[in-house]
Amino acid sequence: MATTTALDTSSITYGHTGPVLKLENVAIAYKVRGGEIEAVQNVSFEINRGESHGLVGESGCGKSTVAWAVVNFLGANGYVKRGNIKFLGRELTGRSGEDLRRLRGDQIAMVYQDPMQALNPSLRLGDQLKEVLTVHRGMADAEAAKRSIEMLERVYMPDAADVMRRYPHQISGGQQQRVVIAMALLNNPALLIMDEPTTALDVTVEAAVLDLIADLRREFDTAIMYITHNLGVVARVCSKVGVMYAGEMVERGIVEQIFKRPQHPYTQGLMRCVPKLGADKASSMLYPIRGRVPPPNSRPIGCVFSPRCDYAQERCRMERPALRTMPNSVQVRCHFAEDIDPSQWQPSEDVELPTLREVVVSEPILEVQHLKKYYEVSGSALKDILGLRPKRDVKAVEDATFTVQKGRTLGVVGESGCGKSTLIKTIIGLEDCTAGKAEFMGFDITCNISSRDIKLIKELQMVFQNPDSTMNPSYTVGQQIGRPMVRFKTVPKKQVREEVIKILQAMRLGETYYDRLPRQLSGGEKQRVGIARALASHPNLVLCDEPVSALDVSVQAAILNLLLDAQSKLGTTMVFIAHDLSVVRFFSDDVAVMYLGQIMEIGPAEAIYAPPYHPYTEALLSAVPIPDPTAAQKHIRLEGSVPSALDPPSGCRFHTRCPQRHFAPEGGAVCATQIPPWQETSNGHKIFCHIPLETLRTFDPVISHKEKD
Amino acid sequence: MTIAQPALGASRRPSRLQKLWDSLSVVLNSRIGTVGLAIVVFWAVIALVSLFWTPYPPNSSLFVQNLPPNLTNVLGTDHLGRDLASRLMQGTQVILLKTRLPGDTHIAIPGGVALWGVFGSLFLGAILGLNAGYRGGWWDQVIMQVLDALIAFPVIVLYLVIIAALGQGDLVVIFAITITGAPGVARLVRSLALDIKTRDYIRAAETRGESLAYIMYREILPNARGPLLVDAMLRVGYAIFAIGTLGFLGLGLPPPDPDWGNMVNEARRNIFLNQWAVIFPSLAIASLVVGLNLFADGLREEITRYQK
Repeated sequence: MATTTALDTSSITYGHTGPVLKLENVAIAYKVRGGEIEAVQNVSFEINRGESHGLVGESGCGKSTVAWAVVNFLGANGYVKRGNIKFLGRELTGRSGEDLRRLRGDQIAMVYQDPMQALNPSLRLGDQLKEVLTVHRGMADAEAAKRSIEMLERVYMPDAADVMRRYPHQISGGQQQRVVIAMALLNNPALLIMDEPTTALDVTVEAAVLDLIADLRREFDTAIMYITHNLGVVARVCSKVGVMYAGEMVERGIVEQIFKRPQHPYTQGLMRCVPKLGADKASSMLYPIRGRVPPPNSRPIGCVFSPRCDYAQERCRMERPALRTMPNSVQVRCHFAEDIDPSQWQPSEDVELPTLREVVVSEPILEVQHLKKYYEVSGSALKDILGLRPKRDVKAVEDATFTVQKGRTLGVVGESGCGKSTLIKTIIGLEDCTAGKAEFMGFDITCNISSRDIKLIKELQMVFQNPDSTMNPSYTVGQQIGRPMVRFKTVPKKQVREEVIKILQAMRLGETYYDRLPRQLSGGEKQRVGIARALASHPNLVLCDEPVSALDVSVQAAILNLLLDAQSKLGTTMVFIAHDLSVVRFFSDDVAVMYLGQIMEIGPAEAIYAPPYHPYTEALLSAVPIPDPTAAQKHIRLEGSVPSALDPPSGCRFHTRCPQRHFAPEGGAVCATQIPPWQETSNGHKIFCHIPLETLRTFDPVISHKEKD
Repeated sequence: MTIAQPALGASRRPSRLQKLWDSLSVVLNSRIGTVGLAIVVFWAVIALVSLFWTPYPPNSSLFVQNLPPNLTNVLGTDHLGRDLASRLMQGTQVILLKTRLPGDTHIAIPGGVALWGVFGSLFLGAILGLNAGYRGGWWDQVIMQVLDALIAFPVIVLYLVIIAALGQGDLVVIFAITITGAPGVARLVRSLALDIKTRDYIRAAETRGESLAYIMYREILPNARGPLLVDAMLRVGYAIFAIGTLGFLGLGLPPPDPDWGNMVNEARRNIFLNQWAVIFPSLAIASLVVGLNLFADGLREEITRYQK
């Protein structure tokens, strides 16, 4: 693997030819009160130079623990109990801290999830970058500055010399992550560990960072260990992948092979949990894996996956399988890997699947016209306080017009800061609206919730994003679900308990949960309670603000199924916000794409995800990581970040970043001056763009398959 | 973890008392907390015993004046020949167990001056803090400015002003402790409310159209319980200190019940003759305050560990 990097690569190998990192039967344990917990057991894998090795799995499966063990970051109570960790052929386990520091030196670098926390907010970025070189290499300041600027340019940072003088808060999140990656690469490490580096970023930014990582893998000779929970990301940046479950590596091999033909039942289960981009609820189904990941101290004796496996037999429960190499050189930890044929798979009976009802187009329940929501910014300067300066507004929602029909779901997508949350906060009445009309079941809902009738309040409920803060920690599950019933007097007081238990059963939680406190529940269970609470008063419209984005994929599938089921049974109308475009496509009947407070495109879901696209929708779709290495995706990347809503661009708000602007009349000059027209294609599908529909129709679909099998 | 978990599956709801015990019992995991609890329990038991039995009647001069500790009077006697041990025991009552109503009625309500004073400051402080923190805006500005002005006064001056204006008495001391303690509690509750009000469950309550009072007292306040409990323990200590100070200045709890601070003050005049009558009441005040502080520290340590 010849590299042509301008930087010095001689230091990274010291003539070592074997794998950069090699783990052999590693077990990692944490000492806790009353014994110890083996978080990771029998993990073996190796990473070669220039290779990017993914580690996937749900939370609590030990992915990060493995990474921490490599950098000796396990904390005071963690240690490597068994096995060897070899870095460049030298043993890392059993050495003292100082020894390890010298051995690893500057050869292992790590990139964390949140760039804001990895950078020191009170130091200039340049100083932080230079420090890596001046401390580790004893390099002179001017030389270090030169190298840092070179490296920033390599990670495609615009205006690198200027960035050196800035502070972390002066650049965007995606740029911060670039700086962190540049910092990690400055010393030309032999091993780069990335722990969910794009999870905190928007899709469009994520796509650019992933491109960067893929480029770096080609250009530098670094071995990359890439930890993520997102199968799509693995498909995009990794060459090999290891699937972890309950502290064990259950399957490991080349990415293409694992995705094409997963052999371990857990891997197969994971793939069935994720909606494919373009799949909808009518034509496909999500199959959650039943049960949940066992806590480390109560893992089964046999195969760790056997309690959740559809193929489990007596042998699986008694004997722990070994990691075997299959004919196609994929390693699988399963007794019956050869016998399992995923195409013959049938969901077992206790898996919760929704029953769908055909939604007939009916009367609109929610009608919103030209809704505006501005937040006034009060400056703290003396002029602002005295009212001498004109008031400025954050234009969070500029012009939202849509209708939602009874029993249908409207999905809202867009990058963060696009006004999705503000829109539903305004609808539910947590905020007043600045201008425009909004009617729900014939009632005016432009006012704040305090001036709404209680009957109206009852019909509008909300499901929240964060499972940890959706429930009040001081009250039991039963009290919290019962409260809306008491408040809206939908159920006589004596029957509340009965009714709550009924709802709990509908949420597949059972009566035993009635008296539990939130701290005794898992994230998925908390989210179910949150949904139960929202549905308890039988509202007509439920607003879901990213209800599944904080959950693991298998839990996410179960929650989506639950929502679908509840919707078809109760005939509830929903507005569904998510940043995951596959989930929105799967869940929604209609989709609205928002950008900077403006709806850019709206229409039936299938129309949004196929040409003609709005250029912004096209960019979003091409950024989504798809869990299929054979899929070919159009390569469209947006420049820069979302402009400030304080001072949005004139004309079309998207014109500053629009990659297709040259197709518009006058070479795109109109985009900056005139507000675009709504162009209707068919069947309620509308695009807010200057580019003529005929031109938009000629665009290719974003996703195509290289090979059909 | 050895934290008492409510029994699963049982349809019995955890009672209020059990909830309080759940929060308090974590303190046994901490060594200093346990020591603090032991000291506090020691004084509480002394107080209970003194209701029914003291070695001698605390207010009668039965012995020789200014005796050092001996077999008859384990802690010695004071300048009027009263048994010091009996007086110390009786002195716990006004602090921890009873509050005497004004007038010659001799009616007392349960709960000592220190406890009622702290309860008062918690009550007033919580109301003010919740309104300032949750409502924000002008409410916040006005409430916090007034409280800040109050904090700016030296505490002892506030005590003197209040007692000079209203006269001596148990209720007046309670009032004084309430007024001086409320601003601190309000600041604490306000900061907690500012944090808690951003949580999604508060949004859920708002989308149910719950009243302001419901959200403040039913949704936010219970979640401020832990830090408030710790603060309350510390404040009981401060209140005992304040009562001692007032007693020393001769403005504290009125006779006939012995008051620790007043005991120190009176014995001070004979300090060269008999040091013991100064030392023992001072030790009593110090040990109870230190005990409460240790207990509060242990509680804080365990509560914060528990949240992780």
